Amino acid sequence: MCLAIPMRIDEIRADGTGVADLDGVAREVALSLIADPRVGDYVIVHAGYAIEKLDRQEADERLALFREIAAAWEARPHEVR
Amino acid sequence: MKYVDEFRASPAAAPLRARLGRLGEALSARPGTVNIMEICGSHTMAAARYGLRDLLPPRVRLISGPGCPVCVTPPGYVDAAIELAGRGVTIATFGDMLQVPGSSSSLAQARAAGARIEVCYSPRRALELAAAEPAREVVFLAIGFETTIAPVASLVDLAARERVANLSLLVSFKLVPPALRAVLADPDLSIDAFLCPGHVSAITGTAVYEPFARDRGKPCVIAGFEPLDILFGLCGILAQLAEGRAAVENLYRRAARDAGNPIARAVMERFLRPAAAYWRGIGVLPESGLVLRDEFAAYDAEKRFGLKVGAGREYPGCMCGDVIKGKRLPAQCPLFAKRCTPADPVGPCMVSAEGSCAASYKYERKGGR
Repeated sequence: MCLAIPMRIDEIRADGTGVADLDGVAREVALSLIADPRVGDYVIVHAGYAIEKLDRQEADERLALFREIAAAWEARPHEVR
Repeated sequence: MKYVDEFRASPAAAPLRARLGRLGEALSARPGTVNIMEICGSHTMAAARYGLRDLLPPRVRLISGPGCPVCVTPPGYVDAAIELAGRGVTIATFGDMLQVPGSSSSLAQARAAGARIEVCYSPRRALELAAAEPAREVVFLAIGFETTIAPVASLVDLAARERVANLSLLVSFKLVPPALRAVLADPDLSIDAFLCPGHVSAITGTAVYEPFARDRGKPCVIAGFEPLDILFGLCGILAQLAEGRAAVENLYRRAARDAGNPIARAVMERFLRPAAAYWRGIGVLPESGLVLRDEFAAYDAEKRFGLKVGAGREYPGCMCGDVIKGKRLPAQCPLFAKRCTPADPVGPCMVSAEGSCAASYKYERKGGR
């Protein structure tokens, strides 16, 4: 029920709603619950509302960590901590 | 999907699984089992879908908690919605509620019999429905946890601003922290740590879990919903347990800030106040729900239609109550996969896509899939 999906804001309208992209499909999104939405931001969308901005730096750092863990595992599977 | 797929299929899964195994060995001196409760229905579904329970070290159990809003909604609430529909009101609802059994019928059955039941992806759709037919009352079924509450409560603001006078809410909002307190207070359950819900936490922030870590010694780790997020979160929990620590750890910072979302909380605070709430399977918990403040009584369907939502009657033998609290596994209910199936559910845990029974039926049943 608390399912929420990352989408990219493509357009912000005067009434505070926006249009977001989800894999090439345009979706209307209410932006009233987040501070300072900008076109290009990724937002976490639940029930038609952006409930938070996605922190791309955090996401990229975590993915980099996963890549590091995977690389270390491939090199020496039994020594990885 | 950007920022979804990368957290799903990754060569990091194998080493994370190995790390889980090592942490499990480090915990092997502990007596008994290690019980981790995943509170959120989305975690329940993901754990079942990706078979994550099979990856757990021996004696580490992942138990599903009361984190599916549909599952904890009492049959009396469904009865009230059906009663309103019978009075000629349009019921607008999230799709999850349609099949939920009331005492004797469901909204889907009421719709088949001619009631106007409209399924909405966003609560804003309810405003459109009301604006399109000013002579007809529209009631939105306002259920959900912290994640959903601000979007739904925003309806009151929108209705007031756009002068839509024929829209009201049948409110049964619930809060996660009181449910965790109830779980810890239950002598039949012995929970060692919580895997905390990512999107609830995006609203509440980390502070609401502090008492569970600090005062009760239970590690609380906030995790996202993709398989790697969950594996990483479980590693975080086992690492804390192995080190004898209990802290609140946010491993889903890409979506959940430590401070949560103050704008959403301000919306909740403006329109709603805490109140006792009835949880299916648990009972009445003080201050565990939110209801509309008195100044917004005009938008309160219970007051507007002189209705009182009762507990209702559950199907005889249905063990959803025990399943919701993590006391019983779905397969331990005699109705599971026999009298109760997703096509003809008798309990809400089989109805909701995120209910423990539906997840178990779809992904974990022998001979299933």
